[in-house]
Amino acid sequence: MGSNKLARSRYAFKTSGNEGNSELPEVSSNAELLTTSTIQTHIDDGSMGYVHSYEIGSTMDGPGIRFVLFLTGCKLRCQYCHNPDTWDIRNGKPYAFDKMMKKINSYTEVLKISKGGLTISGGEPGFQHAFVKKIFKAAKKLGLHTCLDTSGFLGANFSDEDLMDIDLHLLDIKSGDPEVYKLVTKQPIQPTLELAERLSRLNRPVWVRFVLVPGLTDSWENVEKVADICANIQSLERVEILRFHQLGKSKWEQLGINYTLAETETPTLELVERVRSQFKARNLTVY
Amino acid sequence: MLTQEEKFEIAWRNFRSGTWEKTINVRDFIQRNYQPYSGDDSFLAGATDRTKKLWEALKPLLKEEVEKGVLGVSQIPSTVAAHAPGYIDKALEIIVGLQTDEPLKRAIMPKGGWRTVEDSLKAYGYEPDQKIAEIFTKYAKTHNDGVFDAYTEQVRKCRKSGIITGLPDAYGRGRIIGDYRRLPLYGLDFLIQQKIKEKQEIDTRWSTEDILRLREELSSQIRSLKELKTMAESYGFDVSHPATNAREAVQWLYFAFLAAVKEQNGAAMSVGRISTFLDIYIERDLEEGTLTESQAQELIDDLVIKFRIVRFLRTPSYNQLFSGDPTWVTESIGGMGQDGRTIVTKNSFRMLNTLYTLGPAPEPNLTVLWSTRLPQGFKDFVAKVSIDTSSIQYMNDDLMRPKYGDDAGIACCVSAMAIGKQMQFFGARVNLLKTLLYSLNGGKDEISGAQIGPIIQEIEGDYLDYTEVMKRFEVLMDWLARTYVDALNIIHYMHDKYCYESILMAFHDRDILRTMAFGLAGLSHTADSLSAIKYAKVKAIRNEAGLIVDFKVEGEFPRYGNNDERADDIAVMLCSKMMEKIRNYPTYRNATHTQSILTITSNVVYGKQTGNSPDGRRAGEPFAPGANPSNGADKYGALPAMLSVAKLPYDDCEDGISLTISMIPNSLGPEEEKTEKVVGALDAFMASNGFHANLNVLTKETLQDAIDHPEKYPQLTIRVSGYAVNFVKLTKEQQVDVLNRTFHGSI
Repeated sequence: MGSNKLARSRYAFKTSGNEGNSELPEVSSNAELLTTSTIQTHIDDGSMGYVHSYEIGSTMDGPGIRFVLFLTGCKLRCQYCHNPDTWDIRNGKPYAFDKMMKKINSYTEVLKISKGGLTISGGEPGFQHAFVKKIFKAAKKLGLHTCLDTSGFLGANFSDEDLMDIDLHLLDIKSGDPEVYKLVTKQPIQPTLELAERLSRLNRPVWVRFVLVPGLTDSWENVEKVADICANIQSLERVEILRFHQLGKSKWEQLGINYTLAETETPTLELVERVRSQFKARNLTVY
Repeated sequence: MLTQEEKFEIAWRNFRSGTWEKTINVRDFIQRNYQPYSGDDSFLAGATDRTKKLWEALKPLLKEEVEKGVLGVSQIPSTVAAHAPGYIDKALEIIVGLQTDEPLKRAIMPKGGWRTVEDSLKAYGYEPDQKIAEIFTKYAKTHNDGVFDAYTEQVRKCRKSGIITGLPDAYGRGRIIGDYRRLPLYGLDFLIQQKIKEKQEIDTRWSTEDILRLREELSSQIRSLKELKTMAESYGFDVSHPATNAREAVQWLYFAFLAAVKEQNGAAMSVGRISTFLDIYIERDLEEGTLTESQAQELIDDLVIKFRIVRFLRTPSYNQLFSGDPTWVTESIGGMGQDGRTIVTKNSFRMLNTLYTLGPAPEPNLTVLWSTRLPQGFKDFVAKVSIDTSSIQYMNDDLMRPKYGDDAGIACCVSAMAIGKQMQFFGARVNLLKTLLYSLNGGKDEISGAQIGPIIQEIEGDYLDYTEVMKRFEVLMDWLARTYVDALNIIHYMHDKYCYESILMAFHDRDILRTMAFGLAGLSHTADSLSAIKYAKVKAIRNEAGLIVDFKVEGEFPRYGNNDERADDIAVMLCSKMMEKIRNYPTYRNATHTQSILTITSNVVYGKQTGNSPDGRRAGEPFAPGANPSNGADKYGALPAMLSVAKLPYDDCEDGISLTISMIPNSLGPEEEKTEKVVGALDAFMASNGFHANLNVLTKETLQDAIDHPEKYPQLTIRVSGYAVNFVKLTKEQQVDVLNRTFHGSI
């Protein structure tokens, strides 16, 4: 999943689903009632997206003020995931493409004036790549700045041409060391590296996000490797270091999944400074 | 001995000529002479040691005042020339003048009403001077006496039930901005000559009541101007001629303002739009080499120190309505001119810089006239100051300018007016939610059961029907409008008669536009209640007497504040409908009807006086302030809430629509980008026709700590509805209300 959950949750904590949506139902039905094949059709043709939630005035997910769409579905199982309820696509509510575009469009002017735009996050938005591509294509037509918040794991779902509709990638690099990556996410690092390389080659802007988890991702060597990856992305604009926190804990408990980081603390400022300096040593812009 | 022409020549050297030289026209002077500034804040100077010393000298007094409530009282009834000169520290002050002979010592102003004076004195442990008491109870009639002589039974009932509250019937109405810039630009002699001329011009007109009143008023104005000369002389200044340099310009302007706050205990004593005017003098001195940037900042610092210590003697019950001892010395900064040039000058920066040189403070009420076209450097600086101090409010200059021109300022919180050409008859506000509850109960009060409104058919059955409710609500709104206009006509007739603001009006043209400003409280709750009735099922719960006292809501309903048309449209409808009904009733002096959606801190009192409502609000709970969505109703963050508020029609709310937003600092994104995000949000809000925003950037933890340890936070400032207060000066109830409001985690 994208690291946005961690970024955002320093400030706002979302419960699951479209909580608090006071509007009339825009959803055809609950995803739980749909058959696997229907969902697969939607994933393939992008006519319907499965939405965990959306946020209208985010300041944390790209430049300016942003409309952020959180989609469900993710193949990573990050130990520090803040919203494990986004893993299963069925936890999202189905929104028809044009309904969602109408909602986004009602904010087009204010997003533009504030020099912001649309960010799609997840889950891993690559999971619903067809829907994402359709939304981004339509958003570009409206003149909106587009941003994809991704782990890069499903980067192969996007062709070089698709990437042209994405103005900025918030690329979450969870670890630099393949072993640690696997330990953190239960998945291989390779797809992420491939996307990073492709974005660099195509000169598509990237902000890397790195979640600093004491005892898991904070070793000197691991950070060195992340920094090396960053230094190789020619189109990298900045690195954001996100501090691990415990706000997601209750969701793991609710879902009855074993949470391995229950005792882990938020990184100290000293640690953050040290990690920052490792990136700075490569002349990278660090936030 | 120089002639008047020679004095003008010296004072006006190097100024570009224009019609302003022949007739009073400050705008023309500004437009021809100011230098727009589009750079950043790097030119600013910090506080000098002298400034710091002067401000430090005040701090122990301010602390003692917080402890005692009032530091000292003079029982000499205040007039422009009353009291011997007073100083903070004569050797240190660059700009001089106090309301009484000592800093923070408050004067009595009995013309508004003797009882108010008596109650205030007693509340702070002073025994009223019997001689003065005798004069104002036996020989001289006050505004308050006059009003109660003329109040109707209906108005009295409404005051008592709380459906109309806070009327200026015992205190000065305020919301009048004298064009204090006229004194430095023209000098007193010229102003008096002009007033004499204005009076002579109407000599040939037949002596109708209107003309008689106007003649009498003009004579009072001239008398007050003469008193101003005496007052300035007591400080060693001759203000009969125009100011010849920046220091004199600031001093003259301050004397004009000081005269106003010595004469009137107005609820809001705003100073207008002075920064750019003064910049012209400062620029000239800088160019002539007689002033440095640091000295320029000192002049503004000293002026602001004076604004910060304006004090009025007020009753504890007044404090319930307008908490924290506000004086609303509102200064409007920035904006764009009609010719497309920005009105931002370096002095706009200096004025805001006082929040750094002297630290945050609620007064003066620094108000930025925002346009999306403002220079970037100014936008960035303002946003930074806002984030650091939570002391700034924003008005939509692009909405104001077409109606009031580019020399308008804000009186009080959000009331725009053309300076020197317009004044307002202030009218507090009425309780719209209570009116809705009356309409469900056949005109009876939902708490006391008393018949306050007209007898109408009560709602029957268990469930509330939207059409049936609206039918009755319309009747009640019309009754409320009629009673309200009636009350204000009485109040302002009497205020003009017994408590006329002669020195403030002396700084106006003779023929001015008068507005009568009505107001609504409880908009969000009323809109949400109607939305509940329309979109969910609302069951009425009656008490033994058959009075509907509670509601049970079955199902979901949209709430105002989520950019959801269904609920927002109801709020829009309520504003327009109420305005339409108010416009049906003629006003005193043919004033133009206007309306505000603003509560100041009275949202707490209004809530206390109102029963359970269909939106789920419990009896006694505070209303949301101003035009804010109800606490917790706005579920998608600040931006959708802002867009909902921006839909309220300014044409039907020309006296202002107030929104207060509190943001958690972290919600504004990474440190490096916070100003960019704030600028973006303000641009987005204003471009969507939002009218006013108070912006706070703080955490609940800070406020909680300030409640527990007030001594640690002497200067903690927070924006409430339309003004700023020292948080520690709020009543406990209001502190808790602020704490319970929505703190947005994202824009």
